[in-house]
Amino acid sequence: MSHALTPAERINAVLRPVPTWLVYLVGALPGIYILVGITLALSGIYDVFGNSLGVDPARTIEHWLGELALQFFIATMLISVLRDRFRLKLIKFRRPLGLLTFFYVVLHLGIWLGLDIQFRWAEAWSDVLKRPYITIGMVGFLLLIPVAMTSNNAMIRLMGPVAWQRLHKLCYPAIVLGGVHYVMVQKVWEAEPLIYLAVILSLLALRGKRLLP
Amino acid sequence: GIAGPALASQYSTDEEPNAWDEITQYNNFYEFGTGKSDPAEYASALTTDPWEVEIDGLVDKPGTYSFKDIMAAMTVEERIYRFRCVEAWSMVIPWNGFELADLLNMAGVQSGAKYVAFETLLRPEEMWGQKRRFVPWPYREGLRLDEAMHPLTIMATGIYGKPIPNQNGAPMRLVVPWKYGFKSIKSIVKITLTDTQPETSWNTINAREYGFYSNVNPEVDHPRWSQASERRVGGGLLAKRIPTPMFNGYEEQVAGLYEGMDLAKNF
Repeated sequence: MSHALTPAERINAVLRPVPTWLVYLVGALPGIYILVGITLALSGIYDVFGNSLGVDPARTIEHWLGELALQFFIATMLISVLRDRFRLKLIKFRRPLGLLTFFYVVLHLGIWLGLDIQFRWAEAWSDVLKRPYITIGMVGFLLLIPVAMTSNNAMIRLMGPVAWQRLHKLCYPAIVLGGVHYVMVQKVWEAEPLIYLAVILSLLALRGKRLLP
Repeated sequence: GIAGPALASQYSTDEEPNAWDEITQYNNFYEFGTGKSDPAEYASALTTDPWEVEIDGLVDKPGTYSFKDIMAAMTVEERIYRFRCVEAWSMVIPWNGFELADLLNMAGVQSGAKYVAFETLLRPEEMWGQKRRFVPWPYREGLRLDEAMHPLTIMATGIYGKPIPNQNGAPMRLVVPWKYGFKSIKSIVKITLTDTQPETSWNTINAREYGFYSNVNPEVDHPRWSQASERRVGGGLLAKRIPTPMFNGYEEQVAGLYEGMDLAKNF
């Protein structure tokens, strides 16, 4: 007996053979481009970016990486919603997307510390304590550390699936903090960060009861 | 041209000015969008000729002054000033302009005047950012009269000897070099002498973050940015952070204006 494939089944069939390493590679490309560009600029060899990053390239890269982190975070959180609502089997891509999120969060933080505040530790520390948008971003980052550290099969075995899942629900507060951080960075209410936050909150609403620990 | 020839001035810094492209491609002028490159992209829509400035309030000769008449009466100088944004970046800009005091004196300041209020043009059909309501338009700024009359305070009409580009506040914008950049209101159409402290835009939007005075002060933190240091833009990816001097380096000239004031309270 045969039946016509549903759109979801068709998408599943197309994506099944896609290896996860390809997701890691393609997802990391913008970050690699930025890292290589900074390294070449630091060593005075070649300015990859030229004038493409505008008058304040450090700030441009900082914002770019922050947006990439949020985009990967949203993609990561979309996976289980797509499974539950649309029967899309993308679960094997969740870990690569999640680890790429962490990669971009770390790069974003690194650029802030290295190129923006330039390792002025006293000012960096007072920023973290006194500027709510930085405090919020930093808390989001801290929540993601245990999640990233346990994003491997060995840790799932070690912790057991129940405890592991509970720990990974830290992603929910972390993504909200990320979205709020983006809204608060702006001096006025801007459309783009508000759209990101709306998308994030809608995703969480779709998760419903599963949000609970 | 309207901007030159400009005389050199004792008030100029000998620091290296930023390049023309840096000064004209990286702007905060929310009337044309909130991105730093938006003003350069959209400000060409602005008509700056003819241009009139209304001067009213506590003046002897209130009225509407055409930009041409003002320029005919003023002496344009070159003033190379440090420019410090509240967002903790800075530039060095070779302005051309005249002292605001000369313009105010032309209108005749009355003895009761204590403050000067300024307004930017309101013309949403040419300034698309004004269709978005995050700022109560028109943009407003203000100074205490002694700040306005200080010789460092200028109306800039040019940069590098060329007429000031629209994105930098054509045809005439305020420059108060010891205050954060947002005090230096652009594309001015109205100046009012008053006896009460005027409303200012950023203060109205968020009084906790933006005070009326907004003097550059490395010791008074802004809730959003540490003000202890700044990045001099234009140095590329690796532009060095430099310490921010009190009153943006104009302490010797302007500290006297604030004697006895608690600058942490009157931020």
